[in-house]
Amino acid sequence: MIITFKIKRYNPEKQAEAYFEDFKLDVQEDLTLLDCMNEIKWTLDGSLTYRMSCRSAICGSCAVKANGHATLACQRQATHLVKGDTIVLEPLGNMKPIKDLAVDFEPFWEKINKVSPYLQPKQKAPEKERVQSPEQFSLIDDSSTCIMCGSCHSDCNVLEVDEDFLGPAALAKAQRFVQDSRDGKTLERVKNLSKPGGIWDCTHCGECVERCPKPARPFDRIKEIMTVALEQGVTNNNGARHALSFTKSVKSSGRLNENIIPVESVGFFNFRGLFDLLPVGLRMLFKGKNPPGFS
Amino acid sequence: MKFALFTGCVAKGATRELMLSTIKSAEGLGIEFIEMKSAACCGAGVVSEKNPLLADALNARSIAIAEEQDLDLVTICSTCQGILKKTESHVDSDPSYKKKVNNVLEEGGHHYAGGKIKIQHFANVLGTEEGLKLLRDKVKRPLTGLKTAAFYGCYVLRPSGLSLYEDPDNPTGMEEIFEILGATPVYYDSRTKCCGFPIIMMNKNASHDMAGNALIDAIDSGADCVVTGCPLCHLSLDAYQPEIDRMNKKGCSIPILHLPQLVALALGYSPQELGMDKHIISTARLDKILA
Repeated sequence: MIITFKIKRYNPEKQAEAYFEDFKLDVQEDLTLLDCMNEIKWTLDGSLTYRMSCRSAICGSCAVKANGHATLACQRQATHLVKGDTIVLEPLGNMKPIKDLAVDFEPFWEKINKVSPYLQPKQKAPEKERVQSPEQFSLIDDSSTCIMCGSCHSDCNVLEVDEDFLGPAALAKAQRFVQDSRDGKTLERVKNLSKPGGIWDCTHCGECVERCPKPARPFDRIKEIMTVALEQGVTNNNGARHALSFTKSVKSSGRLNENIIPVESVGFFNFRGLFDLLPVGLRMLFKGKNPPGFS
Repeated sequence: MKFALFTGCVAKGATRELMLSTIKSAEGLGIEFIEMKSAACCGAGVVSEKNPLLADALNARSIAIAEEQDLDLVTICSTCQGILKKTESHVDSDPSYKKKVNNVLEEGGHHYAGGKIKIQHFANVLGTEEGLKLLRDKVKRPLTGLKTAAFYGCYVLRPSGLSLYEDPDNPTGMEEIFEILGATPVYYDSRTKCCGFPIIMMNKNASHDMAGNALIDAIDSGADCVVTGCPLCHLSLDAYQPEIDRMNKKGCSIPILHLPQLVALALGYSPQELGMDKHIISTARLDKILA
């Protein structure tokens, strides 16, 4: 079928603003999106810029936004992505474009580095290998499949509004070490990950899970870090207090007590936090939106 | 059409107008809802942060209660919908985990079978052939001229494998309902995004920013109101709108409606009957369209 590729072009050396350019291709059923991008570059416009390498969904180089959502270009068939007869191609989101579809990954790598993405072993190297059972490995199996393509980072709803958030890729990578049975720095790790910009800033929008080309499922990994953090007693933050208050309420009455959870989340002695809650609390009380006193 | 209604906590708490309008719209459409009074909270994805087994057991128990009544389960909250579907998928995928969950349930006299009943959001029920026909037949006051922007809520859309929408990246279920009710659907990018409610206590600025971006997008696209499928989205977009407005400094406001309120309005109920006076952002500007 004939597909029109609307590609966002950007070359800061030539012009300040990005613009869309159309390319038409006759695309067979079995061609991947990357095959089409290559066809355009090799036969229509050699200046089209993007990253690619393995063409088999393992190197993570060719992630782009197709029709508004991040995807790995070599892993998707173009005829499955087409809307009407068009595919809109843009660079990954939440990252600064360098040229056309190639983006600056430096801030992405900085965030990965922030989570100490290397084993900090419990003991010195033994004579033979460190033994890890299949059950122990299964805890980090999913996060080990991450190929650092940046798709999750691109579509994260929190990163869109807060660049201080570590982001799903860094947090999923963090879980791979937090739950590695050979690692000896679990407490330190979860303490760092519980700080502002860490696990408790995830809004659970599910974009990362949806866009990931592998079974890494970042948002599930973030939840796992939260459970470990709570188990380790790292609870002096709003997110942890919120989870504990919620669970306590549900355990005691089967329902969420909406009156108490905001107070317990900010902390009874956090006068500033409590004061900040006043406007919305009073507003709701005045309108009769306050939950009944008893569940 | 008879269903077990899983209300969720917020419809009986901070957004009681959602429960009220659900009952009215069911009444108007002739749908029978049996309220699942003994069902507990879905955990909202937060209980699983502390205790994943408890969260799954809570939801498996709720599904079991519907199975025992031999009724499909209907949710009125995108979060409850997503969490119940997630539990169903998690428990069904692992027989030994299913046994573990059932061990917990058996103490309370319940057993989760799985695969016996459907778990759907109210919007999905209305979107079936039968639902759409009911809407067509029962509309008494077409909402002509009302430009409505849908806000789906993340959990009914993602992960797409658990969503009941045909194309969760580009859903049209709610907009189809708006059209049958006589309203004009407004399409805009933010309708499938996150409202920020889950991080309201943890990162208030990011939360308000997310909600604010969605509201501005809806307003710029010409909407008269935003219609949500989730009371948590409603709280974020309505109850916190004054804070969001202060952050954006744009000085515009837009009323936020629950989907059952929109349906019931078209069925002829008045805004007061549907608790619309409980909203933080006044819905008065819609009165001239509803007259």
